[in-house]
Amino acid sequence: MSETRPIIEVVDLVKAFGVMPVLRKFNLSVQRGQFVALLGPNGSGKSTLLRLLAGLSKPTAGHIRIGGWELPREAAAVRGQIGMVSHKPLLYDNLTAQENLLFFARLYNMPKSEQKMRIQEQLKRVGLDRRADDLVRTFSRGMLQRLTIARALLHQPHVLLLDEPYTGLDQDAGGVLDELLIEAHQSGHTLVMATHQLERAAQLAQRAVILSRGKLVLDIITESLSGHELAVCYSEATGAQTAS
Amino acid sequence: MNKTPFWRTTWAIMSKDLRAELRSRELVGAMLLFTLLAIMIFSFALELDRLTREEVVSGVLWVTVVFASILGLNRSMAMEREQGNMDAMLLAPIDRSAIFAGKMAGNFIFTLVVGVLLLPLTTVLYNVPVARPMLALVLLLGIWGFSTVGTLLAAMTVQTRARETLLPIVMLPVVLPLLLAAVRASNGIIADAPSEQWQAWPQVLLVIDVIYLVMCLLMFPFVVEE
Repeated sequence: MSETRPIIEVVDLVKAFGVMPVLRKFNLSVQRGQFVALLGPNGSGKSTLLRLLAGLSKPTAGHIRIGGWELPREAAAVRGQIGMVSHKPLLYDNLTAQENLLFFARLYNMPKSEQKMRIQEQLKRVGLDRRADDLVRTFSRGMLQRLTIARALLHQPHVLLLDEPYTGLDQDAGGVLDELLIEAHQSGHTLVMATHQLERAAQLAQRAVILSRGKLVLDIITESLSGHELAVCYSEATGAQTAS
Repeated sequence: MNKTPFWRTTWAIMSKDLRAELRSRELVGAMLLFTLLAIMIFSFALELDRLTREEVVSGVLWVTVVFASILGLNRSMAMEREQGNMDAMLLAPIDRSAIFAGKMAGNFIFTLVVGVLLLPLTTVLYNVPVARPMLALVLLLGIWGFSTVGTLLAAMTVQTRARETLLPIVMLPVVLPLLLAAVRASNGIIADAPSEQWQAWPQVLLVIDVIYLVMCLLMFPFVVEE
């Protein structure tokens, strides 16, 4: 596959639940290694778009290609290339951190010889190596989210999809998550993050895609923008008031 | 990335469920408590002579197994939905039907534990010897069928708000043929009836189990995908 070809291509995507359209003729193209923030008010279609990109939901019309593979037709090939972090931990409370990662390593058909090494590497990366044998139900929200990132990156996906990952995190835990996302981006992962935190989006992402009522209303490079400038753009694009 | 083989996925999901359950005892504990209470309530409520007891005991046994399994099935699938774990599994390069097989195998083992403990308990409380090898086989086949249908239906109802009430309403009519065959076979075995009078029922059970298993394996991917 050509390296210059976008890793994510969305063409005329439509998603409707019954007669209710959530995404209307949505188009998006994301280059390999880019960090894109998906912004928009509640109900604008951000989470639905991420679920479609993850292959967890089927489009009503239009095309999605991840790494050149067409979704949902070639979903089996795409699955190994995607990692997902959402506001839910996607972890088992009654298993330890290590057991959780081992379970997912098995689901991703990771060779037995690599499993232990890769798990320890990920736990160290998110600063949970000392808590490897502790039950997940004893973890704080911030630790859970770090472990969720470890789970999402365990199989070394090309694309990391994040659905409001900062929900419920305090300032310190949010800061740790910032560092992990920056590190993931620097190590070559493509990141698409749905968030309401405009300041963070301006700080972390290279590009912001703003949705309103299922349509793309603004696609903007954020590298030279401050949080306040992005908030102004956001208000103008969506007609919404922002706190930033 | 290659697709994870079916049996490896099934084993991983089943062993994960067993490990989590061994630690929390949340599911089997509730099922066992329910079983104990139900069997005792039936025992006290139905003051019956020995002959009538022999006639009703298989009904009591199976009603208890069905409701205990519903209790476990609801919880087992709810655990996957509450934390978004079903999504995490659906993201992995695995067969959807292997998720079904893994969850079903776990549910089967949990219900079997309850069924195995139910046999001596019923023998003591009803003074009817039900701990017999043939009855154990019928119990195994019946529980296999309930776990199969129940896992599929629990995956459907867990997505609704009224999942606790919806599962029995949806499940009971579907398991009726299974229940009928299981009760008929158990009645014959407990009453020491000639084998030609009841031996067709375990075979019917086996056929129903196979049909349900194939149908559920094929239908599960459509149930979990949006």
